[in-house]
This record gives sequence, structure tokens and C-alpha cells, in this order.
Amino acid sequence: MSGYGGVMRRPLRDRSFGFARKFLRINWLFVLCVCLLAGVGYAALYSAAGGSPTPYANSQIIRFFAALLLMLAIAMVDIRIIAKFSWPAYAVGILLLLVVMKFGHTGLGAKRWMTLGGVEIQPSELMKLFLVLGLAAYFHRASYERIGNVLFLLPALLAVLLPVGLILKEPNLGTAVIVAAIGGTVMLGAGVRWWKFALVIGLIAVAAPILYHHLHGYQRSRITIFLHPGSDPLGAGYNIIQSKIALGSGGFSGQGYLHGTQNQLNFLPEKQTDFVFTIIAEEFGFLGSVAVLGLLYAIVAMALYTAMTCLHAYGRLVALGIGVNFFLYCFVNLSMVMGLIPVGGVPLPLISYGGSALTAVMLGFGVLMSVHVHRDVEFAGRDASAGF
Amino acid sequence: MKRDNKDRAGFTRRAAFIGVVQLGVFGAIGAKLYKLQVAQHSKYAMLAQANSISERLVAPERGLIRDRFGVVLAGNQQHWRALFMQALAPEPAAVLDNFARLVNFSDAERARIAADLGDRPGYIPVLLKDYLDWPDMAAIEVNTPDLPGVIVEVGSSRVYPYGPALAHAVGYVARPNQREAKADTVLALPGMRIGRTGVEAAQDLALRGSPGFVQTETNVHGEIVRQVAHDPGTPGQDVTLTIDAGMQALAVQGLGEAAGAAVVLDARTGEILAMASNPSFDPALFDKGVPAAVWDQWMADPKHPLQNKATDGLFAPGSTFKPTVTLAAMKKGVLTADTILDCPGFLKLGDHVFWCDNHTAHGEITVTTALQVSCDVFFYQVALMTGIDPIAEMATALGLGTNLAVDLPNVASGLVPTHDWARARGIHWVAGNTVVQGIGQGYTQLTPLALATMIARVGTGLAVGPHVTRRVGDVLQAGATPQDWPVLDIDDRHLAVVRQGLFEVVNTQAGTAYASRLMIPGVQMAGKTGTAQVHDNTAAEKQRNFNDMTMPWADRPNALFVAFAPYDAPRYAVAVVIQHGNFGAQTAAPIARDLLTYAITHDPAGRDVPLAGGGVANAPVVPGGPLPAAVPATVPVADTQAMPDGTNMVVQ
Repeated sequence: MSGYGGVMRRPLRDRSFGFARKFLRINWLFVLCVCLLAGVGYAALYSAAGGSPTPYANSQIIRFFAALLLMLAIAMVDIRIIAKFSWPAYAVGILLLLVVMKFGHTGLGAKRWMTLGGVEIQPSELMKLFLVLGLAAYFHRASYERIGNVLFLLPALLAVLLPVGLILKEPNLGTAVIVAAIGGTVMLGAGVRWWKFALVIGLIAVAAPILYHHLHGYQRSRITIFLHPGSDPLGAGYNIIQSKIALGSGGFSGQGYLHGTQNQLNFLPEKQTDFVFTIIAEEFGFLGSVAVLGLLYAIVAMALYTAMTCLHAYGRLVALGIGVNFFLYCFVNLSMVMGLIPVGGVPLPLISYGGSALTAVMLGFGVLMSVHVHRDVEFAGRDASAGF
Repeated sequence: MKRDNKDRAGFTRRAAFIGVVQLGVFGAIGAKLYKLQVAQHSKYAMLAQANSISERLVAPERGLIRDRFGVVLAGNQQHWRALFMQALAPEPAAVLDNFARLVNFSDAERARIAADLGDRPGYIPVLLKDYLDWPDMAAIEVNTPDLPGVIVEVGSSRVYPYGPALAHAVGYVARPNQREAKADTVLALPGMRIGRTGVEAAQDLALRGSPGFVQTETNVHGEIVRQVAHDPGTPGQDVTLTIDAGMQALAVQGLGEAAGAAVVLDARTGEILAMASNPSFDPALFDKGVPAAVWDQWMADPKHPLQNKATDGLFAPGSTFKPTVTLAAMKKGVLTADTILDCPGFLKLGDHVFWCDNHTAHGEITVTTALQVSCDVFFYQVALMTGIDPIAEMATALGLGTNLAVDLPNVASGLVPTHDWARARGIHWVAGNTVVQGIGQGYTQLTPLALATMIARVGTGLAVGPHVTRRVGDVLQAGATPQDWPVLDIDDRHLAVVRQGLFEVVNTQAGTAYASRLMIPGVQMAGKTGTAQVHDNTAAEKQRNFNDMTMPWADRPNALFVAFAPYDAPRYAVAVVIQHGNFGAQTAAPIARDLLTYAITHDPAGRDVPLAGGGVANAPVVPGGPLPAAVPATVPVADTQAMPDGTNMVVQ
């Protein structure tokens, strides 16, 4: 009997588990961390505009509050109901990827964006969440034996590779890799054997040089420039160099709010989106960047905590996937800003300017909070509602 | 339930593994941040600064040149100009193309800009265009986004309020040439000028100052966001001259259309109060660049407007050399005040006849009379008795044919021949050469400045040296007071004899310059006329009247006059040379008279040097106390000036 063994499992219709109780069960510390990061984002965007709430900071904070409401609303929805929509959501995600491929508009040389009801969205951002839901549903009732079965894993692998392929086609290498990594992590959490991962990683390592030749020119140049950033100081390597200068010039305690020269003098392109972290690092220094790093990790850690305390497999895998999604956002963005990995269009969630990533992340957090609220519900029924 | 727990345990292990990996990744990111932000901070801080802070040198303001009373003779005028910092422009060539579309400039200017861009370091801006007008300014301002690195700023150009009147003494500045700019990067700065002649050249380093800098913060487009630091540099020092602008104007006015020079000295200090050379030129033209047509005109002019005739013009002194010959003879002991020599109107030496002026026979006369009437035959004989080496020695003592160490460029030493000199030149020196030496003809060539020095030394007995710089910054230069100058090694009695002769030249009816005597009660001047042949006249020419107005201009003799005043307390010395002006008494003496009248009535030197100063060895007490100091000399020369006796005298 573990600690949770004694806890009463809540059936779907549990009158004692009302709205108020659910609301109070939300991880408010998590919500606080999310709000703090949004506050950091407001300050950074205010600075990015040269000390002005327009055009970035105000519109972003309004989006955030809307997304926060959405998140809290989703947190109230029973996770078992969400589970029922896992595969439909996945199907919608794929559909959106196809639509964006056909009709989406081009931004920065790639077809990634589409307008839906007046809101600009990137289907690939939503796809990350929907893939997590789909895979969690798939593995929810799978026995240990079935997970050992390669044939059983094939549909899941296809479910991962389909969106990865579509996103690569956009083309968006960074997001494709992230989606693949999320799928892999959910599978790892589901219990897929270690050696299978080793095998796949080995295959990729062998295939990488071949794949490199099939990359788009700009993708290849990103990798080349990453390897030799000094070779083209005013070309594509410029971003990396200017970004590192911004970080380094921040020093231990920063140049002071609104006084970062790299930021205020526009040496950083796209600083309000992908390179927003440099503003914080330059103006608040190492102390500021470590504080933000701490907040980001607190969210990652609390997502993992929710996963580990959840009594049903669906919730565990969903929480794990959403946490990893957020983690990968942070990892890719920060590594990119520091010149550790090639530059890709990955924003820093909750801080960067832009609605698409924010909406996708907050939707995910809503589902995560729903898992947290419903971590101990009765959810092991005979049905394989996920569709198998 | 049991399997569920087993699942959960497996999940927890894997989740914990993932958590550890995530923590490790965040730790690595934190470590990398530490490395970038703390360990390598100084490196990146420097790069950030290099990114945004650009520094450029700015030319210092050139020092002013003033006359002795503070009147500005060379100043600076502000104008707008466009500079280009190529370090701020991502594509300099494109910026220049854009600029050329907005503002007209010639192919020559484009070529200069291209050459400048090639060899200037990044912190030295390159001048695109000087003297921008309003349409140009507006076009540049409106198109700023297309012109990164282009800066419009106030520059200064050199202005000379007195223009041609002081062009030779003050000199002029010009843009340094490519070679000079390469040798000294400071000179490469737009707005830097280099003095080419006159005081501008002599005091160039003091006037120049040292450059400052402007640090500006620029954004990624090269647009200046703000000024971080501004150091105007050290402006050049002001230089105060000994010149009195009022007297200078009078000297220029006196020369009028004639080619020649006039120099006025403070006879007790050698300070140059006026130094005019005619014709002159507009010195401001050099600042912007002299138009080719103007330059050609100057070069073709037989009167050589660019030459400073006061310091660089060499003229035979003619009879103005006679005081020197007199002193040399008296020093040698072959002549005294009472020595009587006969003038039959000519001197026969072998086959050759040397005529007296106009073939006049002066009869038996003493040296003072010989000076008074300017008898040539008397001095032919004195020269033969004295010999050329003692004459040259005395000339040197009086400042003739020697380096006077004047604080100006292009000062000719002149020439007074000696036997050594003749030998070195392979000239067979004969008695006839010595004869004409007695009347300042032949090989002797002197500058008006040297003649003024000579007459000042004769007047005061002080070995004064002419100089034009009174103060550099606040520092009074040596030579400003009579005590700075040694007493001449010449017997006072000899000097007194010569002064007496020179007095009679002007103040007796038989004197050659009686018409030009001072009209100031109680004040007399002493002087000597000179009428010098400009080439060796043949005997036949000498038979004729060689100073004839019918001769071509270039063949007419030069007219000279040297004088000092007041006679009994020498204070001012003047030398006037009119090229081909015929008689010194007719054309040069009146100018000298007007200048000395101005000097006595305005006393420009007296207002900075005490009147009753010591050091004048043999100067008698000034009768009637200090001389009147009239209207300020800064006022342009008036047509009429108040005279001490209440009358008004028209100063020509």
C-alpha cells in the first residue's frame, strides 16, 4: 500500500467533488510562478520597446490574462472528459498542419502561420499538446507486456512521425525535433524499453549526415554558422554574436533596467520574440537570468510532481508530456540565445512576445492543472476509450 | 491495483530520471550563463561598447590673431558642413551615392573623398562638403535614414577682417595636403588648417591647439542616439601681434596703387607696428581653395602680389645706405664731422666717370651737408677711403645684409658685399665697385624691413630686432621692452653726427625731404631719401637724366625713404620703398611722414610701453612730457584727425 492507496478514488460523477473543491485543488503555487514569469515578460517587453508599454507589453499581458482564464477554465474540466477528446484533438492538429501547408501564410521563409477567427496561430505549437494527449490516451490502458510488443508501438511511432514529417515540410526543423523529442519522452514515460530508444538514437546518428544534405539552405546555414559564428558577423551569425554580447555585457548584476545598450540600441533583431531573454540578462545580469531560470525550472519541476503524484496513467503521461514540452521550449530557446544550438524560431514561453506559443502553452497548463485537480479520480475503466 | 502500482513505480523511476536530466540541463544553462555573464563579462562588455560607442576626433578651434590692442586680425567663422564616419556606415559606397544624389559635388571632390576614405583611420571623419547651404542641409536632414554615418555639424573657417591689408603679415591658412595629413593624423581632421605664410605659419603650432573628441552612442543603423562624452579639445592659443591695425590701414592707404612696401617699427623695441606690401591679395581665398583663374592672375602679375615685399623684397638701398657708410668711415677714423671733401659734380676713376646726381657740383662740404643734399661724389670718396669690408661690418651691426631672426617665414637676409663674398662668387672686385657701394648701388640688396631696422638702430643706438609677435596666449614675448635689447657698439658721437645730417635732410630747406617734414609743433623727424637705379645704367644713360618719367615703368628707379621720430627722443622708425617710384623724396617720403605723424599723435607703442622707459642710451629727455595719446587705434583710419594744437590735419 503506497501513500495514495488509501485515498478514495473519485468516480466520474462525484457530487462531493464540486466546483469549489476543484478550484481550491488547483496548484496555486504553479499559477503564481506562471504569473511571475508573465510579469517578467511584461517588464522585458516594456524595455524592448525602449521603455514603453506599447506596442508589445500591454497587448501581451492582455493575451496572457485571457489565456490564464482559459487555463483555469480547462483546469475545472474533468480529465476523463479531456481524455475522450484526445484523438479528436490529435486529428484536428494534423488537419490544421495540412491546412497551414496548403493555405498558411509565410513568415520568415516558412509556412507556419494561419489565421483562425482573427487569431494568428501556429498549428505546430498546438500539435505538441495534441500529440501528448493522443499518445497518453494510447498508452493509458496498455499493459507492460503490450508495451514490450514492437507491433503495438508502431501506431504510436506513426502518430509521432506524421506531425514531425508535416512540420519538417513547413519547414520548421526546430519544432519538428521538439515534437519528436516530446513523443519520445511520453513513450519513455509509458515504459518503452531503453534499448529501443538507444536503437532509434543510433539510427538517427547514422542518418544525420544524409539528412543534412536534404535540409533547406537556410537550415544548413544555421548549422554552419552555429559551428563558426565569427565567419559571417553581419550575416546569419550576427544574431548569435550580438546575443552573446548582450548576455555577457550584463555581468553579475546587469546594466540596469532600460539601460542595456544592446537592447536599447537595437543591436538584437527579434529581441521581443526569440531573443527576449537577452534583455533580462543584459539589464538584470546573472542574478536576473538565474532568477528567471529558477522560475522556469519550478514550473518544469511542478509539472513532473503532478505527473508523479497522479494515480492514473493518462494523467501521468499528459503531465509528463506537457512538462517536457515546456522544458524543451526553455532549453531550445536558452541554448539558442547562448549560441549552444543552431538558431530556430522557438520563443521563450510566457516571456516572449507572441500569441501562438502563449496560447498553446497555457492550454497545456490548463490540461496539466486538470490532471493536478483530478490526479486521484477513478480512471482505469474497462474502456479503451482512446480508440484501440 | 497491484499492476497499477507497479506501473506507477516504473513511471516514477523514469520520471525521476527525466527530472534529473532536466535539472542537469538547467544547471548546465546556468553554468554557461555564469561563464558568459560573470567570467567573460569584461570581454563582452567591451564588445558591447565597441558596438555602440563610436568616437571621433574633432578639430580644435584655431587661435585668434589680434593686433596689439586686441582687434581681431584672423578669426573663425562658423558654417555648416557634412562629415562622413565610414565606421558607422554598413555600406559606405551606397551612402556616398545617396549623398551625391542630394548634394552636388564635382568629380574632383569625389576623388578627394575617395582618397581620404582610403587612408584615414575610422575615428577620423572625412569631410564630404563644406559650406552647406540651406537647401543642402534640408535635403540631408530629410534623408538621414539613407545616410548612416553622415554627420552635419558646425565647422569653422578662417576669416580675415582686414583682408588684403594684412595678408602678408598675418598670412593665411590652407587645408593640409594629403602628405601632411598622412604625416600627422590630427591634420587629417576636417576643419584643420595649416598656416602657410606670415604669422599663421610662424605660430602655427600655438594657433593649432590639440583636438578633442566626441563619443556618441549609435544604434545598429549607425544613427546617433545620444552624445556620451564631448571634449572640445584645447583651442589654439590666441596670438597678439605688435601690429597696430590702424597704422597698418594707413600704410596700405599710403602705398595706394604703387608697388612697394612700408614698415613702421617701435624704434626702441623693434616691434613691427605696420608692415604693408603692395599689391596684396585676399588671404581668405586659401581657406576654401584659390580659384584657378585668380591664381593664374596672381602668377602673371609683374608686381607679385603674393610676395611680402617688406620681408622678402630685395632692393638696392641707394642713398639710404649713406648713413651706414658714414658710420663705417667714422669708425675706421677716415672721416670726422669736420672732414671737408670736394664735389665737382663727378668723380673720375681711371677712364670711368662717376656722376653726382643731376651732375650737380656741391663744392666743398662736410658729411652732414653731404647727407642733407645727398651728394654722391662725397660718398664715392668716403667709400674708397673706407673699403667695402668695414662698410659691410657696419651694415651688419645696423641689421643690414644679415639674418635678423625675425619671427616670420620667408625673411630675406639681403646682401652687403665683402671681399670674401666677391672671391667666393668669382667676382673681380675693382675700385669702381667700391665707389658705387658708397651710394648703396651695385651688389647691395636689402629688404624694407632691414632698412627700417637700420634707421631704428641709428635713431636709438639700440640693437633692436624687428618682430611681429607680442604675446602667445598670455605670455609676453622677449623683445617687448627696450631693456631686452643691447646697446650698439657704435660711438655715440658718430651717431650724433649722422642724426644731425638726417635731421637736416628733413628740416632744412636745402634738405632733400624738406617738403615732407612733420607738421607737429615741437616734433621733428630725421630721415634719408633714396633713389636707386634698378639696373646698371650705362654712361650714356647717366649723361641723360636717368630718373625720367618718360622711361618705361620697369626701368624707373626705386624710391626709398627711411626716417625716425621724434628727432630728440627717437621712438618710431619707418622705411618706405616704392618700386619704380622715381624720387624717394617725392613718392616715399610723404608716406613716411604720414605714418610718423600718425605714430606721434596716436602713440600706439606708448600705450603698452612706458614712455619714460630707460635703456635708450643717449636719448635726451622728451621735451614737454609724454606725447599725446589720441583716438584709439582700433578705429579705422579717419580722414581727419585731431592734432595736438587743435587744428585738423588731413591725413592723406
